[in-house]
Amino acid sequence: MGKHNTPRLDELEKGPWPSFVSDIKQQAEKGKQALKEAPDDLLGILELSYEDKVTHWKHGGIVGVFGYGGGVIGRYCDQPQKFPGVAHFHTVRVNQPASKFYTSEFLRGLCDIWDKYGSGLTNMHGSTGDIIFLGTITDNLEPLFFDLTHDMNQDLGGSGSNLRTPSCCIGRARCEWGCYDTQEACYQITMAYQDELHRPAFPYKFKIKFDGCPNGCVASIARSDISVIGTWKDDIRMDQGAVKAYVGGELKPNAGAHASRDWGKFDIMKEVVDLCPSGCMWWDGSKLSINNKECVRCMHCLNTMPRALRIGTETGASLLFGAKAPILEGAQMSTLGIPFLPMEPPFDDLKEVVEKVWDWWMEEGKNRERLGELIQRESWQTFLKVMELEPDPRMVDEPRSNPYIFWREEEVEGGWTRDIKDYRAKHMR
Amino acid sequence: MPYDPSDPQKDRITDIGPRYYKDFFPPVVERNYGKWLYHEILEPGVLVHVSETGEELYTVRCGNARLISNEHIREMCDIADKYCDGYLRFTTRNNIEFLVSDKAKLKPLLDDLKGRKFPGGSYRFPAGGTGAGVTNIVHTQGWVHCHTPAIDASGVVKAVMDGIFDDFGSMKLPAQVRVSLACCLNMCGAVHCSDIAILGIHRKPPMIDHEWIDKLCELPLAIAACPTAAIKPAKTAEGLKSLEVNATRCMFCGNCYTMCAAMPLADEAGSGVAILVGGKLSNRISKPKFSKVVIPFIPNEPPRWDTTVKAVKKILDVYAKDARKYERVGDWAQRIGWERFFEKTDIPFSHHLIDDYRFAYTTWRQSTQFKY
Repeated sequence: MGKHNTPRLDELEKGPWPSFVSDIKQQAEKGKQALKEAPDDLLGILELSYEDKVTHWKHGGIVGVFGYGGGVIGRYCDQPQKFPGVAHFHTVRVNQPASKFYTSEFLRGLCDIWDKYGSGLTNMHGSTGDIIFLGTITDNLEPLFFDLTHDMNQDLGGSGSNLRTPSCCIGRARCEWGCYDTQEACYQITMAYQDELHRPAFPYKFKIKFDGCPNGCVASIARSDISVIGTWKDDIRMDQGAVKAYVGGELKPNAGAHASRDWGKFDIMKEVVDLCPSGCMWWDGSKLSINNKECVRCMHCLNTMPRALRIGTETGASLLFGAKAPILEGAQMSTLGIPFLPMEPPFDDLKEVVEKVWDWWMEEGKNRERLGELIQRESWQTFLKVMELEPDPRMVDEPRSNPYIFWREEEVEGGWTRDIKDYRAKHMR
Repeated sequence: MPYDPSDPQKDRITDIGPRYYKDFFPPVVERNYGKWLYHEILEPGVLVHVSETGEELYTVRCGNARLISNEHIREMCDIADKYCDGYLRFTTRNNIEFLVSDKAKLKPLLDDLKGRKFPGGSYRFPAGGTGAGVTNIVHTQGWVHCHTPAIDASGVVKAVMDGIFDDFGSMKLPAQVRVSLACCLNMCGAVHCSDIAILGIHRKPPMIDHEWIDKLCELPLAIAACPTAAIKPAKTAEGLKSLEVNATRCMFCGNCYTMCAAMPLADEAGSGVAILVGGKLSNRISKPKFSKVVIPFIPNEPPRWDTTVKAVKKILDVYAKDARKYERVGDWAQRIGWERFFEKTDIPFSHHLIDDYRFAYTTWRQSTQFKY
């Protein structure tokens, strides 16, 4: 038994899924962390929460490293006398390498630093994407940051009303559908905006995420203020021989993604042609045809027959704006603003867009107002004006149904100023 | 030379950003960047990607508790050294991927992983999370670390993943099912667009720490934080500046507590789990969708949240049997109609599930199309 009696948590050691309880116990037993009591006391205070069914962490507390306004989240438990090992339990966000490739050497280096200054517990990773060092004391923050930067050439991530650490999908590092260099875009944007990332000066948080294709494996459309989603302009590349191999059963559809169940023989009509959302495909028994002009690039046919169909070669990204979680005015997905942007380093086009957005949002955004909420408050028309974008039917699911149009004075012949006397000359009271 | 606390600015390095990602690419990735041709899922948790050049990269995807120790990371590193020349990565949904360049090492790695268990019996590195199954549950801190949660995160995830573990290691669902968890309405992760979402909610309005609120908080910020204008200034009988919450306007979002430490609202009986279904964020076939509340409240039942686990399993089972190939949970519910969803899953439909917030009208049914 560990330092504390944890009968409820012990129940979570049973069952096949990796048990975080077993892991924390492992660290408590064998680990070399400087904050020796932290893992045990974390289990202790967690057990108390399991008994009380309420959290035992206090609200906030501002801590950080000199010169940065974010990257460290202050946290104090509300029973420090019982669990002194987690009296301070701050988290440090460490900016992950784009798409989270690692070497064992690097990870061991991080573990060594974290053992030296912290609890020995981490999150791999936080939702935004950062590596999370979970639990240290205020006095250790500066030396930890010093060692990270000096010994590992590694900086913190962001928190607060700032640019949050950008993230990206695996893209061209391993995926056949990567429409642009997601890692390079993520890296260059992160480096270009280090000041905005480390020194919160925005109305609220701002997230930029890079998806390599419309499959959306980094979920940018759900949670980014600017979603950069890979796409192509030209035709899907086709290998008719491979199509026939799918139809004939020589190739497993969906790269084998449905292999644990017998769905019957692959039926290209039912499974591909009929499911196309724009109905732009047809199969004549031996040849698959796509009317590419009518394709909306939903990825279904590519996902289903990856050896037969490939993305086009004129690639870039669609930019969507304003996604956010429900707090405060309701959830939003991001809205299509720029159908196609070439994505070539140094990504000047993208940086121009980002900076135009920030200029407007910093000026007009209320405290804690996300970009998506500002656009709703001010109108998409205003957004288009500040972004210097032309209105485009691709931006809407449908045109407005209410006719309450805010005409601009300059659009109306004769302007708005009229003399009531002229009117009365023709129309008696 | 270590940090010198008497001179914090000495040799200070800042604004250097993350490490350059290419530092960590396995050579086969470096050589074939942008040249990948196709992939195949060889078995649950095992992928092969094939390049135009003919080179191959094998990936073994393993479940991961996300809250992991340095000891666990070091074990991961030992495995990576033995089979992957030290190369590994993590996925967006917090799985581990061991990157195997040498095909001969694939089976030994898989066998090795199968044998690694924690003392309590759980797998350290279960392979799976690919294709038409369930993968890791995106979640955050819960009672392990957060000040605003209504539920725990890691514990609920462990209990639910134990319950649906079979679907983590197989690919027999109509389409992938993304299960996510958020311990409160801040939703730190894309929980609002998940096939099945487990959400922490509160049901009691905040308590006010009248003696302290003016000392701890900026009262106007707390008032402005409320999306339903339920908070207004007030004075206590003793003349202290404070706030008052109109309980009938409160929908317990907790945003006021986020802005003001003197207004806690978590409660052992009031706070608990809501289940939402039907979200998706990919553009495949159908457009992205939000998740919809289908079970408004299940009490917190630490340590194993039995009722919550049962509810998730039931929804998953019904969907698995009833949906067509390629239909996500939301697509299926939309096709059969929500009245059928509630009927087939045996979930009661209550007033709580009808929208009455900002875009409520857009979710009501303005049609005679219904099923008896």
